[in-house]
Amino acid sequence: MENYITLTIDNREVTVPEGTSILQAAHKAKVNIPTLCYHEDLCVAGNCRICVVEVEGSRTLTASCSTPASNGMVIHTSSPVVRNARKDIIALLVSEHNTQCTTCYRSLNCELQSLAAEYNVDNTRYLSVLKPNIQVDRSSWSIEKDDSKCVRCQRCVRTCSELQHVNAITVAHKGKDMKISTFMDLPLNEVVCVNCGQCVIHCPTGALTERRYYDDIWEAIGDPNKHVVINTAPSVRVALGETLDYPPGQRVTGKMVAAMKKLGFDSVLDTDFTADLTIMEEGSELLLRLKKAFRDKENVALPMISSCSPGWVKYIEHMYPEHLDNLSTCKSPQQMFGTLAKTYYAHKIGVKPEDIVSVSVMPCAAKKYEANRPEMKASGFQDIDAGLTTRELGRMIRQAGIDFGKLEDEKFDSMMGDSSGAAVLFGATGGVMEAALRTVYEIVTGRPVPFKNLNIMAARGLEKIKETSILLKGCKPEWDFLEGVELRVAVAHGLKNARTIMEQIKRNESPYHFIEIMACPGGCIGGGGQPIPTNDAIRKKRIAAIYAEDEGKEIRKSHENPEIVQIYKDFLPEGPLGKKSHKLLHTHYTKRNRY
Amino acid sequence: MTLVESTVTELTLKYGKERRQLLPILRGVYEKFHYLSDESMVEVARQLDISSAEVFGKATFYSFLSGSPQGEFVIRICKTIVCDMKNKKLIVDTLENLLKIKMGQTTHNRKFSLCYTNCLGLCHKAPAMLINNEAYTDLTPDKVRQIITSYKNR
Ligand code: SF4
Ligand code: SF4
Ligand code: SF4
Ligand code: FES
Ligand code: FES
Repeated sequence: MENYITLTIDNREVTVPEGTSILQAAHKAKVNIPTLCYHEDLCVAGNCRICVVEVEGSRTLTASCSTPASNGMVIHTSSPVVRNARKDIIALLVSEHNTQCTTCYRSLNCELQSLAAEYNVDNTRYLSVLKPNIQVDRSSWSIEKDDSKCVRCQRCVRTCSELQHVNAITVAHKGKDMKISTFMDLPLNEVVCVNCGQCVIHCPTGALTERRYYDDIWEAIGDPNKHVVINTAPSVRVALGETLDYPPGQRVTGKMVAAMKKLGFDSVLDTDFTADLTIMEEGSELLLRLKKAFRDKENVALPMISSCSPGWVKYIEHMYPEHLDNLSTCKSPQQMFGTLAKTYYAHKIGVKPEDIVSVSVMPCAAKKYEANRPEMKASGFQDIDAGLTTRELGRMIRQAGIDFGKLEDEKFDSMMGDSSGAAVLFGATGGVMEAALRTVYEIVTGRPVPFKNLNIMAARGLEKIKETSILLKGCKPEWDFLEGVELRVAVAHGLKNARTIMEQIKRNESPYHFIEIMACPGGCIGGGGQPIPTNDAIRKKRIAAIYAEDEGKEIRKSHENPEIVQIYKDFLPEGPLGKKSHKLLHTHYTKRNRY
Repeated sequence: MTLVESTVTELTLKYGKERRQLLPILRGVYEKFHYLSDESMVEVARQLDISSAEVFGKATFYSFLSGSPQGEFVIRICKTIVCDMKNKKLIVDTLENLLKIKMGQTTHNRKFSLCYTNCLGLCHKAPAMLINNEAYTDLTPDKVRQIITSYKNR
């Protein structure tokens, strides 16, 4: 039985379970206390002291995020003492900050900026002690690190450790020299950073941001000799609205397409198309592995693990290079799209591949790195020229002065613009699994998956690791060796949970045949390129929007997408895993160093 | 096995491989090599199965775990205010003069290093300094000369 306590916050009584922090109790009492180092995804650090409150009878002010409430406490959250203390703290932060809001990417979405404005901080209160000559680290394709804008809240370090278990960044040195650093302060591209961008969406300021490429896109759009195609990932349409003043969870697919057409892209296509293609290739690859294992009794790497999340791919390359065989050889939908844009699509519309600029909009920071991997040139050119984040697309729409709310819905262009509901699922954790099962089960048995409305509920939700199994019964003759096999699958999101799965594989105790892993908590809807803030409440809303989008689609299985049927007929006649598929749609991996 | 590897292996055998043993292990490495090289930090990370950044972070927090090569005897002079008022400057001058190096440097024979440290908690006997783990207090230039001579003969 939980014990409850009652306390008074700003004259309001509130009852909470014992152990609740003052901050959480205040939330319950609908009292807002400002925070900076606190983030609901992370453990409490209590290092910034913005959240101080006055507790009657206590000699000093108390940090509300790190102090448990106790019975009978009387708390004031906005008394003059408290406000002056906060103002002082903010002024001190500003005194060592490179306050360049006019040119800062996070301006108007920065926690330090809004605190300073809210508390009317006087920047002459303290002399500036900003360290001179701080260099911005732009070594990585994905992440930009500017220590001159860091408030040393350590949210990034906790993210990289608690959520991702990468620990690429750490707190180094002490006192006034304390800074966020990699090993030996090496550039980010030389360390184990997997480019997931989770540190970016947890950073309150402009100290960590994604590398931005939208200026290059404006250039390309303005160049009459270039044919610029854009494709958007499933999770962008359920989050983009947030950057344009819509509430979380609002689907803006049609308006998004309309906006991109207005921006001047020559063709607006959908990554969902290649998500369906991924299912065809990856599903066939799984079946091939199962065939080798069950029928031919060959030694083949099982479980097979999904490979669409480039943060996850780099993680396994660094941390478990001995298990790269378990990784599906399928490229991610982004990279499949890029290759096809400069081959299949270019040929069909009669444009030279060198004149095509392929742009993708992703919920992701790691996709920027992926696009620049040296092996991603299967078309003979760089397959994807630039990867933008959801935030960058939002920025471009604002830059163009488009009144987003007033746009009429439009449809994706054809050829690589159609998609099934299954493809949309890629945006949420468990989605690849659900999409793959919808297709694989039907290939093997000739019947749709035996779940109500095709919805595989066991793959859904924010649980750390989800597992389920599906009995293969009534298999078609060519798949009779799978008769009675219980296909066991698991889904993990966030690299911390991926690690649990991998340790199990390492111990040779993994009971699964197929595993989906996404680097970011919640899957792509919680990706490092998504709108800030992102937290569990917002993740859930975006996930709900993904499932609504799936339900709203007429076609809900990848193999029934007519454009997919078409491309196999016209361009990949050998079918999934054929020679051409291998050359264009599959890839190989690199062993990397863990330390 | 390199010397670094065997040293770290010995230390992990002695202290175990839990993350909380990081500090004693780093101290052990330091005592052996008089500094923590990047190679040694990576080796510690590998054996404890933690990230090298984490080892680097912990190591740089402690001024006694230097990341650059140090002499056999590290002389640390308190830079805090009481020692300052009690003429620390004179002590620093004497040391620099005796060893022919500046603060922050190491002698060519790798015998002595000079550096500052925060308050040693010996303010009542200021000025104070440490040579490795040995504290010396109520320093005067004469006393410093004697002490250094005794170390030179070790
Ligand atoms: S990080 Fe925030 S406070 Fe700093 S310059 Fe950027 S917007 Fe301004
Ligand atoms: S980089 Fe951002 S998240 Fe990390 S400590 Fe600095 S301000 Fe906080
Ligand atoms: S991008 Fe991901 S792996 Fe890299 S430092 Fe940030 S959280 Fe860590
Ligand atoms: S939010 Fe409480 S100390 Fe930072
Ligand atoms: S001030 Fe030097 S020992 Fe305290």
